[in-house]
Amino acid sequence: MQTLNDIPIRHFDALIIGAGGAGLRAALQLANADLNVAVVSKVYPTRSHTVAAQGGINAALANVLPDDWHWHMFDTVKGSDYLGDQDAIEFMCREAPRAVYELEHFGIPFSRLDNGNIYQRKFGGQSQNFGGDQAARTCAAADRTGHAMLHTLYQKNIQAKTQFFNEHFAVDLLKSEQGGIQGALIFSIETGEPVIIDARTTLLSTGGVGQLFRTCTNALINTGDGFGMALRAGLPIQDMEFFQFHPTGIAGRGMLITEGARGEGGYLVNADGERFMERYAPNAKDLASRDVVSRSIFTEVKEGRGCGPEKDFVYLKLDHLGAEVIKKRLPGIRDMSKTFLGIDPIEEAIPIYPTAHYTMGGIPTDINGRVVVPSKSSPEQAVNGLYAAGESACVSVHGANRLGGNSLLDILVFGRAAADHMIEYLRENTYAHKFDKESLQQAIAHLKHWDTDENSEDGSQQPQQQSESISQLRDELRAVMEQHCGVFRTKEILAEGVEKIKAIVARFPDAKIHDQSKVFNTARVEAFELENLGECALATIISALHREESRGAHSRVDFDSRDDQNWMKHSLFHKGDEKPEYKPVRTKPLTVESFPPIERTY
Amino acid sequence: MRFSIYRYNPEWDEQPFVQDFELADDKIESGMMLLGALIKLKEQDETLSFRRSCQEGVCGSDGMNINGTNGLACITPLSDLKQPIELRPLPGMPVIRDLIVNMEPFFKQYKAVKPWLIVDEEPQPESERIQSIEDREKLDGLYECILCGCCSAACPSYWWNPDRFMGPAALLQASRFIQDSRDEAKAERLEQLDDAYKLFRCHTIMNCVQVCPKGLNPTKAIGKIKQEMLKQKL
Repeated sequence: MQTLNDIPIRHFDALIIGAGGAGLRAALQLANADLNVAVVSKVYPTRSHTVAAQGGINAALANVLPDDWHWHMFDTVKGSDYLGDQDAIEFMCREAPRAVYELEHFGIPFSRLDNGNIYQRKFGGQSQNFGGDQAARTCAAADRTGHAMLHTLYQKNIQAKTQFFNEHFAVDLLKSEQGGIQGALIFSIETGEPVIIDARTTLLSTGGVGQLFRTCTNALINTGDGFGMALRAGLPIQDMEFFQFHPTGIAGRGMLITEGARGEGGYLVNADGERFMERYAPNAKDLASRDVVSRSIFTEVKEGRGCGPEKDFVYLKLDHLGAEVIKKRLPGIRDMSKTFLGIDPIEEAIPIYPTAHYTMGGIPTDINGRVVVPSKSSPEQAVNGLYAAGESACVSVHGANRLGGNSLLDILVFGRAAADHMIEYLRENTYAHKFDKESLQQAIAHLKHWDTDENSEDGSQQPQQQSESISQLRDELRAVMEQHCGVFRTKEILAEGVEKIKAIVARFPDAKIHDQSKVFNTARVEAFELENLGECALATIISALHREESRGAHSRVDFDSRDDQNWMKHSLFHKGDEKPEYKPVRTKPLTVESFPPIERTY
Repeated sequence: MRFSIYRYNPEWDEQPFVQDFELADDKIESGMMLLGALIKLKEQDETLSFRRSCQEGVCGSDGMNINGTNGLACITPLSDLKQPIELRPLPGMPVIRDLIVNMEPFFKQYKAVKPWLIVDEEPQPESERIQSIEDREKLDGLYECILCGCCSAACPSYWWNPDRFMGPAALLQASRFIQDSRDEAKAERLEQLDDAYKLFRCHTIMNCVQVCPKGLNPTKAIGKIKQEMLKQKL
């Protein structure tokens, strides 16, 4: 049995957990400030899910149509269905042009306009002049913007000599004797060996939890590990009931077809060949906000106007755009349609259906990326040494519904903002604290949790015995979340779902892994991931059950309108909660007037 | 459906062996990719180890040798494959376990070509650099690389000299920066590659082109580098 003394300790100024866009942007800032920074990632950084982002990144550059950061702010507040925090939204929209220029300077191969400026396309929920004509705010590298961004940021980090712990899995956060966060316990996936990272600052940038749902656009690695770690450290996660269903996943499969396809002029049709979004959103039509378009598709199918023999999807029509536009602006989704459907969108429409896509909720932070929790003195008390950014954080710039093109922006702006604050914090807090013993012991016990003594004498593999299997539990969990926590929700369906999820999670202790090798044991990794999925499922479905209104992505059939009187507030869920607690939305921006909640139509 | 899969765990096995697997017909969905089948096989035997993430051919995790050809499991349709489906780790790369190879030597070559923009003077912070559509088009076919390693692991020159020949993936990356109108270290980059091994071990065998899951053409990119070198020398 491994004891504490056997585990090597590595010391760093900053620990970044997760090497997607947010983590890499932060790491770059820290490394360039000559700080000693470790990036821990369970995969090679270029495998992170940022790589799959297609459409682009929003910034009011006005390269194509007139634009202003203030209009961008309005659209984002409205898109959030007034649950977004307006200080954070102002900050993000103001910073957007600088963030995009920085990225251009880092070398990202943006597509270009005739005059050589960065190409910008139309995207959903964008307007000029506070709700006027459609804007074109999304800077794009064809339909591979996330790939271009992630690789560029990784390359800059290689140049900056950032230290990577690739293929290392973070098990738990470690606390200091003073109560702050002081690093994490990780293990090498390749060797199975644990390492304690002692760091005065830690950033969680672990992405979202799309794997909660059976059909999703997300990578298999998106298992909400940061959420699990935060919950186990006694921290709350915020607004988890708001999960975005992207309108255009490939029907039945889930692969993402970018909103850029509609931005370039594509549109949706039902079985009658009708362009139905005209009915639901007379002005913005197919470029209404994602929650609106997803509900419309769902309704079309439910009312019998779906396409195909089972009438269970609608078509995304692109063939009128012409081969030139598709080849130049949408080459990636053309490849994907050909690969997964045998359909060339130049000639045929793509069958699509709303698909789980993005976690609006996350670890609560302020605009400096500091993790904040309610305390006696303040609803938002910073946790010393702990930061979060990107999809794993809830600043909250996305509120109840994220606008397309704002997630790549979020990760750049708040990845950098968190790092800037970490630099300041490190200057003021020169010395490391001691680890809290109990927190270390708990983490080590957790690390050992999936080890068993059932290895045979020679250590060879054994036939799988009768016990709960990780994959079975995971499949059941994801099916329940899909059936009970989908696009439209009711009290009965949610309450039943809560009981089912609890029953599944209660079976986790009976699960066993039969692979007890130390070398690249992916079964063990999947077991830790399942635990994190379980924590996230409870947070999501319990928060959803208790929010008795419809706002953004959270649509309650039994409470079908937004209730600003009672529900313009964030939910905060702690591990073990039967019911979330709540805190107010930050409605006061930094310098401009608030946008008060008004009816949201497109 | 029948599979024949390379197995090796350094803790248990003195040497690698090939194990037969069978996946029942009712587990096979229409349009299923090879990765889907591997995930089902892992449910039967969870010791079967492979990397995977995005499931749509953009992250580059699941490069492997499939019936003798390198490719990504997640975008290889099962229906196209002859049975038994023979799966091996990427050739020429050290095996860690089963289908998982050590990618460190591959990434070392990638890093060696300095895959980042080098400029003499940082541009003004509040502005974007201008790049014409024509100049930007020179990066098409280069920037899309996902670093899966399929090409380098298909290259006999890379098999023999993995530490001295940069391999097609790293050279494609070098070309991506040499071709970028914003980069100001072209001469330096070309000089660094002007070496009997680093670049000139490419004998245009073109295996890289054949296997690239993104349809890229490293051989052409390498040819471009050679042309640029020639131009530089004239």
